[in-house]
Amino acid sequence: MKSYQLSHLKELEAESIFVIREVAAQFEKPALLFSGGKDSIVCFHLARKAFFPANIPFPLVHVDTGHNFEETLVYRDNLAKKYGAQLIIGSVQESIDSGRVTEEKGYNASRNVLQTVTLLDTIEKYKFDACIGGARRDEEKARAKERFFSHRDEFGQWDPKNQRPELWNIFNGKKHIGEHFRVFPISNWTEMDVWQYILHEKIEMPSLYFTHERECFVRDGVIYAHANVIPLKPTEKVEKMQVRFRTIGDISCTGAILSTANSVEEIVEEVAATRVTERGSRIDDRRSEAAMEDRKKSGYF
Amino acid sequence: MDTQGYLDMELLRFTTAGSVDDGKSTLIGRLLYDSKSIFEDQLDAVKASSEKKGLQHVDLSLLTDGLRAEREQGITIDVAYRYFATPKRKFIIADTPGHIQYTRNMITGASTANLALILIDARKGVIEQTCRHSFIASLLRIPHLIVCVNKMDLVDYSEEVYNRIVAEYKKFAATLDVKDIEFVPISALHGDNVVDRSTNMDWFKGSPLLNTLENVHIGSDWNHEDARFPVQYVIRPHTDEYHDYRGYAGRIAGGIFKPGDEIVALPSGLTSKIKSIATLDGALEEAFAPMSVSITLEDEIDISRGDMIVKKENPPESTQDVDAMLCWLNNKSPQPGAKYFLKHTSNDARAVIKEINYKVDINTLNKLEEDKSVKMNDIFHARLRTTKALFKDSYKHNRITGSLILIDEGTNETVAAGMIQ
Repeated sequence: MKSYQLSHLKELEAESIFVIREVAAQFEKPALLFSGGKDSIVCFHLARKAFFPANIPFPLVHVDTGHNFEETLVYRDNLAKKYGAQLIIGSVQESIDSGRVTEEKGYNASRNVLQTVTLLDTIEKYKFDACIGGARRDEEKARAKERFFSHRDEFGQWDPKNQRPELWNIFNGKKHIGEHFRVFPISNWTEMDVWQYILHEKIEMPSLYFTHERECFVRDGVIYAHANVIPLKPTEKVEKMQVRFRTIGDISCTGAILSTANSVEEIVEEVAATRVTERGSRIDDRRSEAAMEDRKKSGYF
Repeated sequence: MDTQGYLDMELLRFTTAGSVDDGKSTLIGRLLYDSKSIFEDQLDAVKASSEKKGLQHVDLSLLTDGLRAEREQGITIDVAYRYFATPKRKFIIADTPGHIQYTRNMITGASTANLALILIDARKGVIEQTCRHSFIASLLRIPHLIVCVNKMDLVDYSEEVYNRIVAEYKKFAATLDVKDIEFVPISALHGDNVVDRSTNMDWFKGSPLLNTLENVHIGSDWNHEDARFPVQYVIRPHTDEYHDYRGYAGRIAGGIFKPGDEIVALPSGLTSKIKSIATLDGALEEAFAPMSVSITLEDEIDISRGDMIVKKENPPESTQDVDAMLCWLNNKSPQPGAKYFLKHTSNDARAVIKEINYKVDINTLNKLEEDKSVKMNDIFHARLRTTKALFKDSYKHNRITGSLILIDEGTNETVAAGMIQ
């Protein structure tokens, strides 16, 4: 007898496509938040599947901290060009120059927190009413409580204690003027699912994910890329290392890992063997136990 | 990890409900820990938090409390989702608090689950809360239940105690509508019969919990008989290559669709044939639940979001009068004659609660026909009248086309979950 049973990746894919189509159907002005990291790349790929043979009916929005890896920007621009996607860029540098935010000072200064303001300003400027993001519930404990359709008030805030119940696959996207939604189609995927899917679908990935030789230095046990946006302490030494990145954020808050993985297959093997979470090398999460929850409440993605 | 093996894995969604003391968080911690799904930095953080609280042991329940308020108060406020995998299956756990005031969270977690874990403290046996969890699982039509008799270490791993509890539960479960119930005696704290077979209970001939989770047959949990395709979105590319293309995008809610099949579009009743089932990866020979596809038809007929493509045999019922079991999810009680937004598959309507027939006491399952005042977490049977026809099945036959939600028109909050009768 024939078995009508989907494999788990196909079921996750079907669920994500359903969520993305629901966004296009329920909202007037959606956007896809695109960071150039693997999760947003997978979301983009799923959006292509959702609307095939039409183009994706909403723009990509990138919040550019000004501290991005060059490779990320090149990948982003090529992707938009290749698939005819509209690209909107929100600039943290502009937010700083116009006095909307004040740059952090010191050795551990990061623009990660500042990008919340730029993101909310961009949402307001373009009147986006739903922003699709690649966050996953397995990433971080505050995200484990997140809905697929996450309601944000007029200040862009997340109220974790007062979330709308989300039953079956019926999504309530109703809102008042000025409010918006963040929508997370790959909520139920794990890091392993994402890499297995990339492997299976043969999705082209930015070079940062693969092993390369790079000038790095070590601070508090984290390997940083040497870049002029991170001032070195006098005791810190720059040396060449064989590294790759497991997540991609901006240079000042993304740690590298020592790795020789040179293909998606090898990355899958490495992820299977690893004993540390991917956000373990994210400096932005290390600030306190509730760092992610606090940022999300104030409007972070 | 073997990639082909990974691609062949099945997905099992299960829900757990429990209160502070019954060892639910410890059990989840144990499943994650023994299946090596906890990472070193997570474990280090939990160890540090346990020490900070002055505990002697590593409190695995701290792994599952995500929000600051939960950690501070030592309670679970909301549904949290956890993930782990074995070479056979990937698991999604909807971890929900079990207090009576959190019925709404239990229902949320149960709504997408294939299986529910019911925890019983071996020292206490079947208690009110056991009945409540089991009733909610049956109400939400979770096809499989596993009853874990936990804390067996505290009753000297006694077969007699276990058998008594199993008999007690079976007697109660006869009033429920669940076909598949398994039992397993465990100690979550010590790991007996969770992942590895216990050496303390040689008398138990069944499988350890994880083994059962890996082998429960879930292939028939979807309805593959009655063809249902709620149209979610219409794809019109407007390009030269696909000039006249009109694809009806959606997720199959039931049955099997193939090119050449004769279909009926609801509500128009117009008929046509399936021309193709399109995906980016190429056209499909057939499609079934829960696949997301887009369907093109031989004839140009007017179909939009909210419509449903079905087959002539076994069509759903089209009606504006809907009887349903509702769970009230909001602080604000339903007002007589108040109107709500209603969502049912991709269809939107407005609805009024015409009549509340009875409430259910979720601890005893008794019908309360006198008391019809509905508050948050109450479950009640009601008749709704909608502004337009819904294409509905009973929830028993199809969890997708048989479910609905109500939304408050003023606050936009989701106020009720409904299971159509």
